[in-house]
Amino acid sequence: MTKGSTSVPYLASDRSATEMGGTATVSREIARRSYRVMLESRILEEKLAALYRSGKIVGGVFLGRGQEALSVALGVHLRKGDIYAPLIRDQAGRLAFSDTILETLRTYLGSSLGPMRGRDGNIHRGRPSEGYHAMISHLGAMVSTVCGGLIAKRFKGETGVVGATCIGEGGTSTGSFHEGMNMAAVEKLPIVVVVANNQFSYSTPNDRQFACADLITRAAGYGIAGYRATGNDLIDCLDVIGAAVKAARSGEGPQLVVADLLRLVGHGEHDDASYIPQNLKDSPLGRDCLELARLALLEEGWLTEAEASAWHGAVEAEVEQTAAKVLREPVPDPAEEDWNAFAVVGRNLSGEDDE
Amino acid sequence: MSITYLEAIRLAQHRALADDPRVFIYGQDVGAFGGAFKATKNLAKEFPGRVLDSPISEDAMMGLAIGAAVEGMRPIVEMQFADFSTCGFNQIVNQAATLYYRTGTPCPLVVRLPSGGTPGGGPFHSQSMEAIYAHYPGLVVMTPATVEDVYTMLLEAVALDDPVVFCEHKFLYYHLKADKLPVEALPFGKARITRPGRDATVVAYSAMLHEALAAAEELSQDGYDIEVVDLRSVRPIDTDTILASVARTGRLLVVGEAWPWGGVAAEVIARVAAEGFGLLDAPPQRLNARETPVPYHPALWGTHRPTATAVVNSLRHLLEL
Repeated sequence: MTKGSTSVPYLASDRSATEMGGTATVSREIARRSYRVMLESRILEEKLAALYRSGKIVGGVFLGRGQEALSVALGVHLRKGDIYAPLIRDQAGRLAFSDTILETLRTYLGSSLGPMRGRDGNIHRGRPSEGYHAMISHLGAMVSTVCGGLIAKRFKGETGVVGATCIGEGGTSTGSFHEGMNMAAVEKLPIVVVVANNQFSYSTPNDRQFACADLITRAAGYGIAGYRATGNDLIDCLDVIGAAVKAARSGEGPQLVVADLLRLVGHGEHDDASYIPQNLKDSPLGRDCLELARLALLEEGWLTEAEASAWHGAVEAEVEQTAAKVLREPVPDPAEEDWNAFAVVGRNLSGEDDE
Repeated sequence: MSITYLEAIRLAQHRALADDPRVFIYGQDVGAFGGAFKATKNLAKEFPGRVLDSPISEDAMMGLAIGAAVEGMRPIVEMQFADFSTCGFNQIVNQAATLYYRTGTPCPLVVRLPSGGTPGGGPFHSQSMEAIYAHYPGLVVMTPATVEDVYTMLLEAVALDDPVVFCEHKFLYYHLKADKLPVEALPFGKARITRPGRDATVVAYSAMLHEALAAAEELSQDGYDIEVVDLRSVRPIDTDTILASVARTGRLLVVGEAWPWGGVAAEVIARVAAEGFGLLDAPPQRLNARETPVPYHPALWGTHRPTATAVVNSLRHLLEL
């Protein structure tokens, strides 16, 4: 539910899912894969929460429960060679792009075998050299970073690539977000930016976050295309974001997608989200996208109850086995740590730090 | 032929663009206009599509450079003035500086900071930011003081796999001249003993090198023999050369144009005190800018920054201790 009226007229640049063909554009394969990844994300995050509660994960655990449909819809439309800078609630998108259950657990549990080797944790993981950017905590910062990756690909003559990032509605208030969006528009870069408007930036409601009637109006301000998606409707998210990614890939410049939804957990597992009113939780916005996706796929005949149940069991087993394995893995040893933040400086041929 | 410090910066960028297709330049007014100080004059014409005007968005300029560096490019970002790099501070210190340690992916970029005071510059066009950036592990901070160094060190910066904050001094842009560009150079990270001496060591960098040299010259009239060490880069910092110099002279003065609090001069003195206390015959001294914003009027500015006269006074004090 966006601030103010819910019947804001679409802008000239704003194409609705219906205009773009509705469910007809979403294939059975994409929908099934997306549902499977959503399931992995949900079950993996439940395990992360349990590991946090039992003291096995230090720091924070920030979950994407309720936002998996929107998140996966972006990740699933990207391919190798694209650039993806996920944010805090994008476990599903990460798994769809290139991340794995194993690397997620290794990062949260600080395994020295993981991509971050205990140097950074939780959602701050990635493999930048493979197009999977590792977010910093400062919101909006990744928009221009993705722009830079796309400029590089333009210099290198790589065509047909897309860059993508996500942000919450609160992150759109940062100067960094604005600078990045404007820069993307000036350079007409093939970037897709998905705004998950989950109504609360941590605890701050939208009427203390922005004063425009609808964040989609920002697209016109930047001179870029804007789309609206129903954030807890997998098919709609796949449809709308699929169209946005396609438009970016075919040279139509930056694409902004705004989707309303509700996060079905706290900001982090330390937060009980008591500030979210019950009537909002009971509204259509509060419906669980995973359950809605299951029902939609069953209705389309793209999934059977038996399959859904079998997938659930298989994912649970994989998550449990992987967690057990990672819990036995070595944690970083301060005596063995390379305490040099430079790639080159302070290193001699023997690898000794001489700064 | 006479080459200015500014022209050496332009020529280094020209050579970087010519030698390496991964290099591009990004900044405000750097394209057809050639930059606010003309450090990119004609480069857009000679290297079409590789010298790009940016919006006035220092944060996004740095973000773009980081993203491009991750994809294997070698971006050079020009901040119009060092002072404005504070608007890109987050990307520099939180993204560029942390990237290699966090992810193992290098971040080879250069951000050029036209630094330091000039008459009439005032509070927002005069700042010296080197200590702030040097504070962050992962950032190389270069502070060249000569035409030759600004040329070779900028090329080194572009070639380096680590992010470089390149503090070039605006006061040196037009005044400082050399006959030719060097073929060989002392690598960055090594300090240079610009003037050997035996009575006291002055450690300086950037524009303050020239104030220190003038002061040493003046004191030579009185029979003092002052050694002047040019740091060249403040991170990495060449502690060995500083300690070796102090071992010879027994006395240390560090001169910096930036404010003293937590600065480069403080760092040098801390290192010498910790690692070479026994070498000192007198308490180490520092001379920095006065602790106010950099004033606009030349009469105020001229006493806000350390000058040769101020260095002479500090040295006389040090020599009497």
